[in-house]
Amino acid sequence: MELGPIWRSLSKNKAGFLLIALQIAVTMAIMINAVAIMQERARDMGRPSGLDEPNIFALSSTAFVPGMNMRALIDEDLELIRRTPGVIDAIATNSFPLRQGGSSRGFQTEPGTGKDDVGAAVYFTDEHAIETFGLMLVEGSNFAPNEVTWTEEGSDAWAGTVIVSRAFAEALFPDEEGSYVGKTMYVDQAKPVQITGVVETLQAPWKGWDGVERAMLVPQRRDFNFQRYVVRTEPGMRDVVMPQVEEALAQSNRNRIIQSMRTMDEVRYMAYLGDSAMIKMLAFIVTLLLVITGLGIVGLASFNVSRRTRQIGIRRALGATKTQVVRYFQVENFLVSALGIGVGAVLAVALNMLMVNAFSMAPMAWYIVPIAMVVLWSVGQAAVIGPARRASRISPAIATRSG
Amino acid sequence: MLRYYLKLGMLSIRANPALSALMVAAIGIGIGACMTIMTIQHVMSGNPIPGKSDSLYYVQIDSWDPNNEYNGPNELPEQLTYLDATGIDAAAGDEFRVVWSYKSSRILQPGDGADLPFEVRTRATSFRFFSMFALPFRYGASWDAAADRNREQVVVLSSALNERLFGGGNPVGESVTMNGDVYRVVGVLEPWLPVPKFYDVTNNPYEEPEEAYLPVTVAVAAEHDSAGNTNCWKPFPGGYEAFLNSECIWFQMWAELPTAADKSRFEQLLAAYVEEQKTLGRFPREMHNELSDVMEWMQDNEVVDDDVSVLLGLAFLFLVVCLLNTIGLLLAKVMRRTKDISLRRALGASKQTLFAQYVVEAGLIGIGGGVLGIALTWLGLRGIENLFAGYDFVERLVTMDWVMVLLAVGLAVVSALAAALYPTWRAANVTPASQLRIQ
Repeated sequence: MELGPIWRSLSKNKAGFLLIALQIAVTMAIMINAVAIMQERARDMGRPSGLDEPNIFALSSTAFVPGMNMRALIDEDLELIRRTPGVIDAIATNSFPLRQGGSSRGFQTEPGTGKDDVGAAVYFTDEHAIETFGLMLVEGSNFAPNEVTWTEEGSDAWAGTVIVSRAFAEALFPDEEGSYVGKTMYVDQAKPVQITGVVETLQAPWKGWDGVERAMLVPQRRDFNFQRYVVRTEPGMRDVVMPQVEEALAQSNRNRIIQSMRTMDEVRYMAYLGDSAMIKMLAFIVTLLLVITGLGIVGLASFNVSRRTRQIGIRRALGATKTQVVRYFQVENFLVSALGIGVGAVLAVALNMLMVNAFSMAPMAWYIVPIAMVVLWSVGQAAVIGPARRASRISPAIATRSG
Repeated sequence: MLRYYLKLGMLSIRANPALSALMVAAIGIGIGACMTIMTIQHVMSGNPIPGKSDSLYYVQIDSWDPNNEYNGPNELPEQLTYLDATGIDAAAGDEFRVVWSYKSSRILQPGDGADLPFEVRTRATSFRFFSMFALPFRYGASWDAAADRNREQVVVLSSALNERLFGGGNPVGESVTMNGDVYRVVGVLEPWLPVPKFYDVTNNPYEEPEEAYLPVTVAVAAEHDSAGNTNCWKPFPGGYEAFLNSECIWFQMWAELPTAADKSRFEQLLAAYVEEQKTLGRFPREMHNELSDVMEWMQDNEVVDDDVSVLLGLAFLFLVVCLLNTIGLLLAKVMRRTKDISLRRALGASKQTLFAQYVVEAGLIGIGGGVLGIALTWLGLRGIENLFAGYDFVERLVTMDWVMVLLAVGLAVVSALAAALYPTWRAANVTPASQLRIQ
């Protein structure tokens, strides 16, 4: 190995090589942290809501004439929607997963004030919810129609039974091993509520909440002027059914307006718009960064080649092969990169700790570091190969010229 | 002399077009990335009401659950209950200018039936809202104190809503029907778009202001639901009356306190109010009141998204990489020209002369990078506008003003000069004739 000459040449242009090493280090720190953020966002975006999203849409109805019989209107609306060909089922609910707005309550295992509670999103709806959302009931049973009651605006009445997400049951009863069905908990510090069913997954409406997996269905219908309808259609029928339902509802009663009609795909898109944009921006930054660092390496290597033209010529004249010349530049780059990557790993971890503290991010996965090392080494080697080839083509005859 | 250096600089830049282009590109891209994010941060953290931001204070009191802090240690509830909004307002009387409000919505029924009913976003507030936040009127004026007191059904329309309903004409005195109730139009605003929407940041701080304003006394009497955040900690019996008397928070309150003396008197008023309520069995937590001026309140509420701060940090590091790159390339350039330099030194050029010459050259590269940076910033902002096309408020965040353009050029030149320092110093220190021996 020609480590000796490489070392001597490195120490002759210390500043130049240190700059490249530093550049590689900072690039690595940015890259690793950007990838850590991208990973976190992608993981969030990949969480299932529990719903049969491709076949669901939602819309709202706002009645504006005082004194309307809301219970009758809601029943008629749901009847009309469920009768529409292609519709599997429909519900009225106060909210749904990914909507970013809704209600939550605290639940505790014993009654009384000052007890610890676990928060969960509450969906006030009826026995059609499991079918409409497309939820997987893993324990217990669906609501019976006579379990579902009406509540008036402002009423504090609470249902005696609920169907909860498994994550909620696990959070409230962490030590329970067997069945959650039949368990009693308390809402508003005093009112007993019994779990009669558990669904595999049902998200809360807020994607940024750390309790997003905790939600429940409450068999209470609310006769407010504002209603949100969720409709599930047979596969492939959603886009056909949507305008029909909108038109039919709009025609059926003129004393309300139908608005906010959106597919679940659109709701999901809007919920995660910031995250997907962040992923794209970071990917763009990382790519650009690698290109710039690569170009910097190309620039420095070209400069070194032209500065050492004579020296390379002499080596060639003394019997060095073309491959050896190429290898020389590759090893040189490898060593400089190693320095940069070593410093970069430390910088990256420090920056990550800073961001975890400042922005409550999850710490990065350890394996990003070795992957980033390999990527940066490869970029360095790819960048140096052009100038190194050019160096290898320097004619041995150049050694005979002076200056 | 400067002209000579400029000429030399241009020559040198042209002598190495690839290397020079690489340097300009590196600075330009670094500046572009930084300025794109800085522009957004600049708009997000802008002062929405420059003349009055120091004299308007957001009012917070700790009415929350004795067992649980509102949102973590030392966090106060960000809104007020109905009891406290009305209670503090009554205590303030005419001595202080106090405004409280909440966000709601109504269904507007256009009169002639030609247009279908549609939803309008409303703000229920008192007559002082308009003068306190300096809302510009196109027609008419705010309602008065008597209208608030007597629950008069009056409304102030936004410019856009007036355009839609009355074609932009003067509708003062006309009536508007919302949810079956008839309101008399007393005023129309000029277009008004504070960014952020500082008077209510508990909801989306970048949404447009409401389209119609009506007396809060009317809205509460007619049980208009809040369309903003409502948080409760204490169970309450059913019914709207019980809701009004509950510990649920849904109002935002501001006080206009022009002097430090006013502020301290208002603080005393708040303390006295809370003491009085404690004797009535409310406010179970230790007394903690806070007044935050507009910019403090914007910061408390983190109206600048965390993602923007993260991106800004990464963009600056990115600029650092670009500068390291430029330093390396400039250094390479200087090293390649050591022969030139030592010849010039031998012929009598002083260190200062060479230093000045290379600084001018770096400055040229900096200006080039700045101009490219502005173009890239513009492109970057368009890209972000595209990425966030689903948010209707994004266009308000991606506008570049002159401050940002000048900042971009300034930052580019300063960065280029900073990058040039070391290579230039190396150039100036080449010993005369040291490189001439071989010849």
